[in-house]
This record gives sequence, structure tokens and C-alpha cells, in this order.
Amino acid sequence: MNELDSVVKEFLVESYENLDQLDRDLVVLEKDPQNRERLASIFRTIHTIKGTCGFFGFSKLESLTHVGENLLSRLRDGLLLLNPEITSALLTMIDAVRKILACIENTGQEGDGNYSALIDTLARLQEPPEAPKETEKTKESAPEKSETPAESPKSVHPADGANAVSANADGANLDVRAQLADTKVAVEQAQAMTKRLGEVLAESGVIKREDLERALAQQGAGDQRPIGEILVEHGAAQPQDVLQALGAQQESKATAVSEGNIRVDVGLLDKLMNLVGELVLARNQILQFTTTQKDAAFLSTTQRLNLITTELQEGVMKTRMQPIGNVWNRFPRIVRDLAVACGKQVCVEMEGKETELDKTIIEAIKDPLTHVVRNSVDHGIEKPEIRTAAGKPAEGRLFMRAYHEGGQVNIEISDDGAGINSDRVKQKAVQRGLISREQAARMNEREVQNLIFLPGFSTAERVTNVSGRGVGMDVVKTNIEKIGGTVDVQSQMGVGTTLKIKIPLTLAIIPALIVTSGGDRYAIPQVSLLELVRLEGEQVRKGIEMIHGAPVYRLRGRLLPLVYLDRELKLASKSSSAAQETINIVILQADDRQFGLVVEWINDTEEIVVKPLGKQLKGIPLFAGATIMGDGKVALILDVLGIAQTAGVVSEVRDRHLGQSVAVGQESKDALETLLLFGLGSDQRMAIALSTVARLEEIPTKSVERADNHEVVQYRGDIMPLMFLNRVLPGASAAPAAAEMLQVVVYTEKGRSVGLVVDHILDIVETALTVQRTGQRTGILGSAVIQNRVTDVLDIPSLLGAADAMLLERQHEHIQERQQERQHERQEALAV
Amino acid sequence: MSVNRQLCTFFLDGLYFGVDVQKVQEVIRYQEMTRVPLAPPVVQGLINLRGQIVSAMDLRRRLEFSDRPVGQLPMNVVVRTEDGPMSFLVDEIGDVIEVEEDTFERPPETLHGLARELVQGAYKLKDRLLLTLNTDRAVTLATDKKD
Repeated sequence: MNELDSVVKEFLVESYENLDQLDRDLVVLEKDPQNRERLASIFRTIHTIKGTCGFFGFSKLESLTHVGENLLSRLRDGLLLLNPEITSALLTMIDAVRKILACIENTGQEGDGNYSALIDTLARLQEPPEAPKETEKTKESAPEKSETPAESPKSVHPADGANAVSANADGANLDVRAQLADTKVAVEQAQAMTKRLGEVLAESGVIKREDLERALAQQGAGDQRPIGEILVEHGAAQPQDVLQALGAQQESKATAVSEGNIRVDVGLLDKLMNLVGELVLARNQILQFTTTQKDAAFLSTTQRLNLITTELQEGVMKTRMQPIGNVWNRFPRIVRDLAVACGKQVCVEMEGKETELDKTIIEAIKDPLTHVVRNSVDHGIEKPEIRTAAGKPAEGRLFMRAYHEGGQVNIEISDDGAGINSDRVKQKAVQRGLISREQAARMNEREVQNLIFLPGFSTAERVTNVSGRGVGMDVVKTNIEKIGGTVDVQSQMGVGTTLKIKIPLTLAIIPALIVTSGGDRYAIPQVSLLELVRLEGEQVRKGIEMIHGAPVYRLRGRLLPLVYLDRELKLASKSSSAAQETINIVILQADDRQFGLVVEWINDTEEIVVKPLGKQLKGIPLFAGATIMGDGKVALILDVLGIAQTAGVVSEVRDRHLGQSVAVGQESKDALETLLLFGLGSDQRMAIALSTVARLEEIPTKSVERADNHEVVQYRGDIMPLMFLNRVLPGASAAPAAAEMLQVVVYTEKGRSVGLVVDHILDIVETALTVQRTGQRTGILGSAVIQNRVTDVLDIPSLLGAADAMLLERQHEHIQERQQERQHERQEALAV
Repeated sequence: MSVNRQLCTFFLDGLYFGVDVQKVQEVIRYQEMTRVPLAPPVVQGLINLRGQIVSAMDLRRRLEFSDRPVGQLPMNVVVRTEDGPMSFLVDEIGDVIEVEEDTFERPPETLHGLARELVQGAYKLKDRLLLTLNTDRAVTLATDKKD
């Protein structure tokens, strides 16, 4: 019986996969009802399920798929045209099939669900049966592309190799059967199926021709059972032979699609991964051993072992990677159902489906993403009439994008719907007591939009049966953060909403910074790491200031709360002693706040393999897991968010954050701009939009050359003019003594570059910019208060126009000339 | 005939303990441990068991015995639990012995404290008593999160 179980299991796995494909196919098909290839593929899938379940004796499933198949065959033959009603019915059928399959998986039985209503609907949707001959004609004239030479002319499924039955036998049996079954197509299918299985058995010599013919005759005489069963009953074949033949039959079908693929159990992969981990450790130990050895053969062998192990590790890691499309593929169906339910029109577009992520992460983001997608359709995209009234196309657009960036995967889900109504969000948040009225008044657009992530936030009147059922955006945020990711929302009223999710590539192996505290090593995931600060000598005593007992450090003018790792871990404190020579601060980002973690020693960065902690240690919020270091010892991985919460950084900084927004909020309600701040002379502060800055460079003063009475440098194979801001800007303080290195801001516009020489780079800030005009100085747009300091905002185009436009122009022309010359040369070369 | 049980035995503070041999994955000598700050005191640290990270629980502390004398290195008895392997730190390792079921008795009244909760009973051997430990209970701490 076990053998049968495994065959059933195989059938289930395959059917599930096929059903997922069906969902997608149907949604695509609805848009393009004439797509015969898709129809044929849908038809094949249902047909396979029907055929197989017939063999296993799942009668309910068979009768259900049977009507579905009939309906599909009509669509395929062009007798019916797909409409939303039919699509819905077919999708419902797929759901029902899934339900039955799930039941079979759990209990081995089909369950007692009643699907007669659905069967009736499906039957009603198809036209009354046509006369067999007419159908045949239609079908033969149908433009079916087939490249299988062995195919019989009557075959209904192109690309189905197993259809290579002799047309002769096909026709002979057709006459008998046509009278028995309700529709011609069903007969042909059933017959093709039995014939094929019988054929397989006969060919492999398991059964005799006579037996087959007798069984077929019995079937022809009204026995509805599959041929395999009849044969077994006659004693002509053994059950396992039939199963084998069935397997062979399916295999021959499957090869076309999955020639290069095999299914592997995830458990096996995990085990392999563990073994590779052990191999890596053994390798590390051998490598340490080699340092005491001089045998050349031994050394080269270890070297080989080393390389192979690394490659093996990478390979096994790769097997765990899956394209994000695996999750996304469910969405067109979900969106379609939702859109129909809400009376909306939505099209789904995807980009970067092939972006790969670790399987565990794929699993973890499945639910949050689904929630976000549901939200977009339910709340975001408006009903067609509202959209047309607002001058938008009636059909809403849901756009999903995934791409790799800096060791992370970015996922964006945007819709062109109504956007987030900030006033209503504020109102609700105040109503629910999540923020105070004063706070609400102070908040800017972005902060308000991010309120939707607060636990307990829901705009009650928007609750529908689709979303708003208690699973809020806060759960989305928590789940994403659990895997080390971040979420951000950007929305514009009436234009749409974009949700940005950043997640690590893999949870299994992550880059980490190794630090020492209290004599033990700890790993800090690099995603949370911003920068490292080292205080030496004088700074040790002066750098850290106290605010009512809370240590802070001034990082470029901003106060940064400090957390001592050894104190948080309740370790014997060494770092607090005043006699220390250096202080190492690791600046970390937790949520949207920054803090400095004081550690004893900063060791190195390393790729670490994350391992979970046992249940006795899961309750400690400070640790995210453990890892094994190169020397075979265990090190704990710090949970940055957990530390921030334990140390109280979170609430503290949140207040600060709100405080900051007071200033910003009063200045402007504009969108935030990212600015590069730099200094001229000793006290003058300047800002330019970071988007106009191509790069920041340090150029040795020595490499400055002169051309055309201008200072220039050779930069990336081109000549880049330099502009000393302290000379060209009126009223700028005099240049300080010539430094060895010039700080150059490379400004690029329309493919031309100019290097702005500044005295020092200060910071990059994100702020709402309100420029107040303070006099009409050339090259200065005006002034603004940034970081509580008056800062001049540069107007580079005008500056360039005034001073160096000519030079830029010349350079540009020069380049163009050169290009033209080159073109000429090329043309000449071609002509020759 | 009653089926005889095989027990892996070890010593703790002079007492003779045994756990079902089926539950024991392996017995290894002292391993260097990484301490876990803020962990419950019974968890002495983490050991690297061929690439797998295993928590080491000091059975002396778990049973509320006095701490092991300084300088005496414990041995590891790695047991299988629902949660994966877990190491018990014990004083010394004994033999694997076969016991007869009819020599088993419930824990004596004189045994008190936490030990009474974790000790299933005693096998009366010729020369001494062999206490059997409920490993599932031993690895579950009261502070564990129920998840």
C-alpha cells in the first residue's frame, strides 16, 4: 500500500504545482481570450488531473474536473468565448479541486464537500453538445501549432508526446464510444487516456494484446472504470505494473517541461547545508594545521580542499535561493478576485521576478506581501467611475518591482490609487490615542504616512471583508523587521502609494562586524551598521558627555545616545574605567533611530552562518542567534533592535524625532530633500542638492594642472575643470593655507562635469528645504536654516553661467568634435 | 519477561544518575564554552558540536545541587530533545548498564526539592541506587517561552 501512497503523493505535489500555474494562466487568459496555447495548457492540466484521479478512484474529483474539462474543450475549440463568468467558475473549480486535494492529502479521502452546484454551473456554461462530426471539423481547422511529428491528426493536445497512438485504432473505437458518453470530446479524452495506458502496458509486454482488447471491449460496453483497474481485475496485470506504466506515462509527459529539473526535499537541502557547514569547519582546522607543515603535496591538497569546499558551500547556498516570482505568481489571481469583489479594474505589472532570495525569507515575506497587495487593491485603487472622474484610466495599476541593491533586496509595491489621506490618518491616530493632538499638528506628511504602521492603527470605516480584519500594517512591519528588513511608505494624495521593503538576501549567511566586549566576541549584522568611531587620547575624556547620567556623543553636531555593550550584557565592566586609551563606538541604526554602541574592541567583518539559539535562550531579546567563528568557537549574534529597546534608546529617540519635526514642520510642508553640506573657510556653511552630485573626490593638490587659464584635473580619462568656490563666490572667506588634498564635489549636468573645490565636507542631511532670499548674490539661491545653522544654498547653474560656462561649453564642443572625428574615421574605415 | 532497560549513567555530586540510552546522542569530554550573558544560570554556555550550536545545561544547578568545585571540568552528555540536541554537564561518566524493571521504585520520600520533580525513580542496584532523570522535564525551564 505504501507504494500507492507515494504515487498519490507524487500526484498531489504535481497537481498543486499545476493548479498554481492554472491560476496564473486563467488570469492571463481573461485578458487575452484568444490565446490558444494557454488554453491548451490549461486544458492539459485539468485533463491530467482528471485522468489520474480516475485511476485512483477519486470519483468526486473526477466528475468535477470532467465538467471543467468539457467547458475548457469548448473554449479551446472556439465554440465558446471566455468571459468573466466562465473565468470565475473555472477559478472556483480550481479552488474546489485544491480543497479536495488537501483533503486527500490529510485523510486519504476526498472529503464530504458537495460540489453539485458548481458542477451544474460549469455544465450550464457550456453549450449543448454539438454533433461529433461538426466538432471534429472545427477542431481540425483550428490553427493548432504542433511540431510533434508522431502526433495523430486528431490529437487534441499538441506537445503531448504520449499521444502517439495510431490514428487507425483511434477511429475504430470512436464509433463505439460516441453513443455512450455525453460529449464527443470527453469520449475522445477518456479513450485516448485508456488507450494510452493500455498501449504502454502492451508495449512493455506486461499484458497480452488479447487482454487489452478484452478490457477495452468491456469498457466499450459501458464499464466506466479505467483500464488499469479492469486489467487488474482480470488478473492480466499486477497493480504495481499498472502503477509503473502510469508513472512511465506521466514521465514522458513531464520530460518536455522539466527536463533539467528534479524535485528535492527541503529537509534534504537543510541537511546538506549543515553538512557543508561541518565540512567548512573541518577545512578551517586543517588549514590551521597546515601552518606547521612543510610537505608540498599536503599543502597543495589542502589548497584544493579549501577551494572545493568554498565552491561547494556557494553551490549549496544557491540551491536555497528562489526567485521572488514564486511568491508573486499568486498575486495576479488574488488581485483579480479582489478586484472583481470590489467592482474594480486592476492590472498587475511585475518587474524583477527573477530576483533571488533565500527560501526562508521567501516564506517569511509571503504573508506581509499578500497583505500589502490586498491593501493596495482594497483601499488604494479607486472604483472605475471615481478614477475616470479624476482623469485617470479606469483600470488601476499595481506595480511590483524587485531588485538587488547593496547586498539587500528591495521590493516596491506601488499603486496609482487614491493615496493616503493624511488628514484622516491623523484624525484616526488622535482618536485612538496613538498620538496627541499637538504631535499630530507638528507632524509632516511623511511622518503621518508612517503612522499606518503603528500597532492598533486602522481607519475603521475602511474595514471591509477583504482587509482590515485585525491584521494591520503593524504586523507587516513586525514581520519584515523580524527578518532584518525595513518598510517605508510614500504616498501622494490622488496619485498613488508606494511601499518600499528592504530585506537581506539571505538569513543563513550574513556579513557581520565582529566586536569584543567583556573578553567575548559578538557579531553585529552589517545591515544595521552605519559607521565606526574611534576616540583616542584627549577625546576619550572629552568626547563623551553626560546629560543627566545618560552618555551622549556628538556626531557631526548631533547628539547620539550611547549604549555600553558590557553594561547591557551585565558583564564585568572594563570599559568604564577612566584609564582607557581608546573608545570604540559602533554607530547603529535601529528602526529609524541611531545610537552608538560602545564596545571594547572592534575585530573585523566576517561572513557568518546564522544558527538559532535553543529554547532556553530564546527569551533574551539581546541576541538574534549564534554563529561559529573561524577558530571553531561559538559567538553570539546581537539583535540591534533588541538592544535599542532594552537600553531605552527607542522611546528616547522617538521623542527627539518628534522634537526635530517641530522645526521642520514649521519651516515647510515640502517634501524632504537630501542635501550635501560642506564648509567654506572657518564658518561658512553651504548646501547643494545631493542629486546633482556625482561623486565626492579627494584630489592631491599636485595633480591640478592649468589649461586655457583654468585649473583642471584629469578625471576618469577626461579633463575636468575645477572651480574654487571660495574664489568665485562673492563674499566668501579667504582660502586657508593650501592643503595637500583638495576636497572636490563632482557636479554633473547633461554629461558634463565640473569639480567644485570646497574646504571640508560636513554631512548629508535629509530635510525640508525653505530657501529665504537674502540678497541677490550670484551663484547663491538663498539661505536656509539647516541643523539650526544658517546655510547658503548654492545655485550651480547660475554660478557656472557666470563663471565657467564658456569653459564647459568649450569642453563639450571639444568632446563633440572628437566624437565626430571618431565617427568620420569609423565611416572611412567602413568604406575601405 | 520484562524488557530490560539500558541506561547511560553519570555522577552528580556523589549521586549516581542514569538516562535512557536511546535518548543519548553521544558523550564527549569537556568542550570550551561560550558564555551567554543574561541567560538563566543553569545554562552554562554554548558549545560547537561539529558545526551545530548546542546549549550546555549544568545539571548540578538544574537540580539545585551545590556548584562543582573550581578546577573540576564537567563532561558533556548530549541528549536528544524535541528541540534538537542539548548537552548536560555532569561530573563524571559511568558505564552503560542494563537494569531490570522489577528493581524500579518511585523516588524515595527523602528526596526533596527540584530533584524530586526531575527524578523519575530509582533502580535498586546491588551496591547502590541509580536515579533516572526525566530529560524532557530537565530541559524545560520554568522561564521558557511557551511558543
